Amino acid sequence: MAIRPIEIRPILASLRKHRIPAMLIVLEIALACAVLSNAVFMISKRVSDIRLPNAIDEQGLVAVSLRGTDQKLVGSDIPRNLAALRSIPGVQQAAITNSLPLSRNNWGWGFGVSPDATLSRQKSVNVSLYFIGEGGARTLGLKLLQGRFFNADELGDSKFGKAALPETHAVIMTRQAAQHFWPGQSALGRTIYSRPFYYTVVGVVDNVLRPNVFTQNTEKSYDVLYFPMSAAGSMGALSYYIVRGAPRDRDRIMRDAEQKLAELNPGAVAKGETYLSVRDKYFADMSSMAWMLVLVCVVMLAVTAFGIVGLTSFWVGQRRRQIGIRRAVGATRGQILRYFQTENFLLSAAGVLLGMAFAFAINLYLMQHYEMDRMPWYYLPGGAISLWLLGQLAVLGPARRAAAVPPVVATRSA
Amino acid sequence: MFAYYLDLALRSLKRNRVLTVLMVLALALGIGATITTLTVLRLLSGDPLPQKSAQLFYPQIDPNTKDGYIEGQTRPDLLMTYPDAMNLLHAHRATRQAAMAMTQARIMPRQPNAHPFYSDAVMTTSDFFAMFDAPFQYGGGWTASDDDSRAHLVVIASFLNDKLFGGANSVGRIIRMDDHDMRIVGVLKPWAPQPRFYAQGLGSRSYGDGDALYLPLHTARALEMRPQDTECYAEVPDMLNLETAPCEWLGFWVELDSSSAVSSYRQFLDGYVRQQIELARFQRPESSMLDLMSFLRQQQVVPDDVRLQAGLAFGFLLICVVNTVGLLLAKCLRRSREIGVRRALGATRREIFIQFMVEAGMVGLAGGVLGLLFAELGLFGIRHQPAEYAGLAHLDVTMFLFTFVVALVASLIAGILPAWRACVLAPAPQLKAA
Repeated sequence: MAIRPIEIRPILASLRKHRIPAMLIVLEIALACAVLSNAVFMISKRVSDIRLPNAIDEQGLVAVSLRGTDQKLVGSDIPRNLAALRSIPGVQQAAITNSLPLSRNNWGWGFGVSPDATLSRQKSVNVSLYFIGEGGARTLGLKLLQGRFFNADELGDSKFGKAALPETHAVIMTRQAAQHFWPGQSALGRTIYSRPFYYTVVGVVDNVLRPNVFTQNTEKSYDVLYFPMSAAGSMGALSYYIVRGAPRDRDRIMRDAEQKLAELNPGAVAKGETYLSVRDKYFADMSSMAWMLVLVCVVMLAVTAFGIVGLTSFWVGQRRRQIGIRRAVGATRGQILRYFQTENFLLSAAGVLLGMAFAFAINLYLMQHYEMDRMPWYYLPGGAISLWLLGQLAVLGPARRAAAVPPVVATRSA
Repeated sequence: MFAYYLDLALRSLKRNRVLTVLMVLALALGIGATITTLTVLRLLSGDPLPQKSAQLFYPQIDPNTKDGYIEGQTRPDLLMTYPDAMNLLHAHRATRQAAMAMTQARIMPRQPNAHPFYSDAVMTTSDFFAMFDAPFQYGGGWTASDDDSRAHLVVIASFLNDKLFGGANSVGRIIRMDDHDMRIVGVLKPWAPQPRFYAQGLGSRSYGDGDALYLPLHTARALEMRPQDTECYAEVPDMLNLETAPCEWLGFWVELDSSSAVSSYRQFLDGYVRQQIELARFQRPESSMLDLMSFLRQQQVVPDDVRLQAGLAFGFLLICVVNTVGLLLAKCLRRSREIGVRRALGATRREIFIQFMVEAGMVGLAGGVLGLLFAELGLFGIRHQPAEYAGLAHLDVTMFLFTFVVALVASLIAGILPAWRACVLAPAPQLKAA
């Protein structure tokens, strides 16, 4: 016997009779599809933000902030503290800096590429400044792409005067900052200006994040400059001791380093943290939002699926007699099964078509009122296919119960 | 009659237990999610000083150069320079006025072996406490002459007083701060307006605990305490002397008691800007003065994520309601014969309609009770999240009542369509089919 194609016309005729329940299923699927695709888009945006690459040794790095030291003594205190940190077993490198990527401790400034550039110029590139002492580049694990790291002279001579910028002439910048200053050209040996200061690029490193990232414009999150800084001339700007060791040692190193600095500097406040926890803390809000979105999606899909199961079950119950008659006049179980599956397929199709339009409209609204990008097109069919599959799964149970209706039902009075 | 409808509804709900549970559960989940997010949203967009917010204003002026300026579009910066804040402060054109910046103070407890710790501190001027209705447990604030004489005194928060002095009256006692001795003149009662409007833009958090310590601005600056956030707009010859640097680092609030006071302060502010332009200190003519609630809206202090969550929860509730409509409808269509019998025995359409609405209402109330549980669970979850407002998330009485209203309205809306379908059924065909 040849397999006959499913007749759609009787299904449509039957749906016309149950217009309102059919419309409700369509509406529910449409709403679920619209919310799902937007929620998944928001989740993926957050996941990609949380995973922003950061070219430092995140795994092995430990930071101890030390605040409240006597600024007049930093010239001798810092080398003493660093020597103590280096004596901790397992410590490979130790250095000092003013801030860390994702620490929310930002030192921002604007620079230009022409000698008359000032901080406030519209054309100036806004960047975050990091100041590192001796061994800083290696402790952080910066990846040098071009040029060199700071030499001993630059590190020893650099100091703060009264202004907000250091008195030195060397700067290292990230690949992304170099692109923003000189698009498509090499940055090495060129000069950036912020009157009356100017700095020559001695090295370009792989992209390191700013203390605060921009979620809308991810590229700007990598506009970072590194300056050399001597302990004696740092005027208290350097308060993060950074220590690098093997990842398996980092928790112990963190405790030891915090304890050591607190002992050596009794009046000051030392607080240790692994770099990974700095990073986790920065993205904690974002990741809890992502988890909430996941939870809502799961519960919403479950509610939709149960709604479909409930409605279809009633449908089947209502039509037991008709099903019995069809079976009695020769319809196979498979045909009954396919009837309900096709019916659901048609309803889902209408639902996801409407849902994709809703999803698009919601995305447009969110773009206008929130910091939201345009949803890539593939989220629409993605959401549609998910709801389609969900509908087919949900209808399977009731449809099989329908297929199990014996033909003899036709002979009984209802 | 109502009791009879209740009985009928109960019977009908019992007949299809699984379906009833599904309806109640779906509705409860939708309501739980909505109430959880609405509670947070309401909390975060609340009025920090309900009795005072209409009288508090935030003047803004713009010392930037013309570079990048678009007339009528560029808003003045959020913070003020020291000279401008002092000029406005000393003009005394408002009932009260205060300049403020956030800083960190290192406190050394007196107890032996105690470790020093950092606390959030506000450096401000004398009107701060009276203007913001900050309540004192002991003592009081300081005077304008204390401001000018750079007196070494502080007002401390109740939690700091508990920590250092075990909650005793500590007025007149000495606290060791940043290696200086400061005399305590006042202890506040627990005070933490939410959002922390006065800290907005000053580099501190927008929600959460109050600040530990308040001290005169000039005293703090004489002790070289630095503001948390400094925005410079021109070449800075001397970063240490923030008083003369072209940098903005102060928030400035005024209290104005009447609308005429507001308009005359606006005129004063515009006059000040014109005068500064004549003196060649300013180039941009824009000024702005928002009241507290408009200021918070303009600052978009409520995190986007919180508003998104509320929108999402409403979408979810909508899905749950559609779901309930569908299930109720399916149920009532199956009962057409019962309806036919009741109609034939003399029940009016109105009575049938009421009967089905009562049934829907019962589903709603059950959904509301369960939804309340879900909301408590959701808020419990939020309290254990890392967000700065997490600790504030509690269900209040209004939200508690609102839950039931939402539940009832949602279920009645869900019930209207099925109830209407039930009452318009013609009785005769239903009876015939039997």
